[in-house]
Amino acid sequence: MTTMPTTFFEWVFFLLQQYGGLFVKGALVTLLLALIGTFVGCIIGFVVGIIQTIPVDPNTGTVKKSFYRCVRWLLDAYVEVFRGTPMIVQAMVVYYGSMSIFNIDMSAMFAGFLVVSINTGAYMAETVRGGINSIDPGQTEAATAIGMNHFQTMRSVIIPQALRNIMPQIGNNLIINIKDTSVLNVISVTELYFSSKSAAGVYYKYFEVFFITCVIYFVMTFTVSRFLRWVEGRMAGPRDYQLVTYDPMQDPCGHFPMPTRKEQD
Amino acid sequence: MDEQKNILEIKELKKKFGEREILKGINFSVNKGDVVCIIGPSGSGKSTLIRCINFLETPTSGEICYKGEDVLKKYKDLALYRTKVGMVFQQFNLFNNMTVLENCVVGQVKVLKKDHEAARQTAMKYLYYVGMADYINAKPNQLSGGQKQRVAIARAMALEPEILLLDEPTSALDSEMVGEVLNVMRELANAGLTMIVVTHEMAFAREVASKVVFIDQGVIAEEATPEIIFKNPSNPRTKEFLSRFNQNN
Repeated sequence: MTTMPTTFFEWVFFLLQQYGGLFVKGALVTLLLALIGTFVGCIIGFVVGIIQTIPVDPNTGTVKKSFYRCVRWLLDAYVEVFRGTPMIVQAMVVYYGSMSIFNIDMSAMFAGFLVVSINTGAYMAETVRGGINSIDPGQTEAATAIGMNHFQTMRSVIIPQALRNIMPQIGNNLIINIKDTSVLNVISVTELYFSSKSAAGVYYKYFEVFFITCVIYFVMTFTVSRFLRWVEGRMAGPRDYQLVTYDPMQDPCGHFPMPTRKEQD
Repeated sequence: MDEQKNILEIKELKKKFGEREILKGINFSVNKGDVVCIIGPSGSGKSTLIRCINFLETPTSGEICYKGEDVLKKYKDLALYRTKVGMVFQQFNLFNNMTVLENCVVGQVKVLKKDHEAARQTAMKYLYYVGMADYINAKPNQLSGGQKQRVAIARAMALEPEILLLDEPTSALDSEMVGEVLNVMRELANAGLTMIVVTHEMAFAREVASKVVFIDQGVIAEEATPEIIFKNPSNPRTKEFLSRFNQNN
C-alpha cells in the first residue's frame, strides 16, 4: 500500500499520475471544440458578411429587392439572437430542444460543436462586416471597373485584405472559445472542465485538480495566441521586393509592339 | 462608316444625388481615336460624368450608347461593357493584397476568363509599355505615386479596352511625378487609343486633346478643339476659368 500524498505538490503530482490521461483527453476535446467551432464560425461569419454587403442597385426589381431584404432580416435576427443569449443556455436549448421538439437524438459532442460554431458565427459575422467596411471603397470600385462581380471582388480583393485586419479578432474568438467551451459541461461534453470535475470528485481535491486545469488552459491559450501572432506576421508578406530585369526579347512569348502605335517623329 | 467611327455617345445624361442635381443633361459624343479632355471647376460634375460612363454611378436618366447601342439594353451584365471601357482613378486604387503583376492579371483571368499564361503575357506587354515591368513582384504600398498610377494604367490596358477613362490621373501626385504619368498618357494617345480624361493639366489638354469639354454647374458650357477653347473661348465662363490657370503660369 503506497502512502497517500500530504503536501500540495505531492497531491498535484499524484493526481497527474492518476488522471493524466483524463486531463489530456479533456484538453484535446476542448481544443478540438474550440478549433473546429472557431473555424466553422469563421466560415459562417464570412458567408453572412458577404451576403450582407451585396450592393442593391436602385434599379433592381421589387421582387429581388424584397428577397434581399428578407435574407438580410433573417441574418440580422440570427446575429442578434445568438449574440444576445449565453452560450450555456444555447447549449441546453439546442441539446434538449432538438430531442423534445424534433425528436433528434444528437450526441452531446455534436450539440457542442453546433453550439460553439453558430455562436462564434454570430460574433464573426459582425467582425467580418467591420473588416469589410474597413477596406477603402476604392478597392471595390476598381474591381467593379474591371468588370468583377460582387463575389469575385470579395474573394480576390476584399476578403484577403479584411482577413488580415480581423486576424486579431479571430484570435480573440479562438481564445474565448477555448475557455468558454467549459460551459458545455452542462450537457455532459467531456471537455477539460468536465474531466477535471470528475477527477476532483474522487479525492475531494478541488484546489489541486483545478490548479492543474488552470495551467492546462493557460498553456493552450498562450500557445494559440503566439501561433496566431506568427501567422499574422506571415500574412504581412515580405517587406522587400526583388527587382526583375525584364527583357522582352527573352520572354518566351516574345515582344509585340503596340499594335496601333503610330510612328513618332 | 461614320457610325463605326462614333464609339461613344452620351444623350441627355442626368444624375441626381438625393435632391441635388449634379449633371443636368449632358450630351456629347466621342469618335474612335479621340482624346477628349474634360475640364471645369471643382464640383462641376466632371468626375460624376466619367463615373457614369463606366456605370460606377447609375445615371438617373439619359442614355449612354457604346458603338451605337444603348449600354443598359445591350449588356444585361455590365461586366463585359466595363472590360471595354477601362478606368484609371485619381487615388490609383491598386489592389493592395496583390503584386503589380497580379493586379494586371486578375481581371483578365476572372472576367475575360483567359488562361493564366496568356494573361501574364498581356500584362507584361503593358507593364513594359508603362515602364514598370521590372517591378512585377512589388506590392502597391512599396511604390511611389507615379509608379502606382502607371501600374493602374497597365491594369486598365491589360483588358485591352476600346476606351480609357482617366479621372484626374495626376491630381494625387507630387509635381515631379506628374510628368512620367503624362508621358504614358501621351504615348497612348499617339498610339491611337480613345481616351476621356478629366484633368487640370491644361498644357496636356492643349497639346494632346482632340476635343476639350468645359463643364460648369452640371452642363457643358463649351465644347471645341483645344485651339478654340484656349485661344478664343466663346463662353465668358470658360474664359474666366482659364484665366485663373494662365495667371499661375
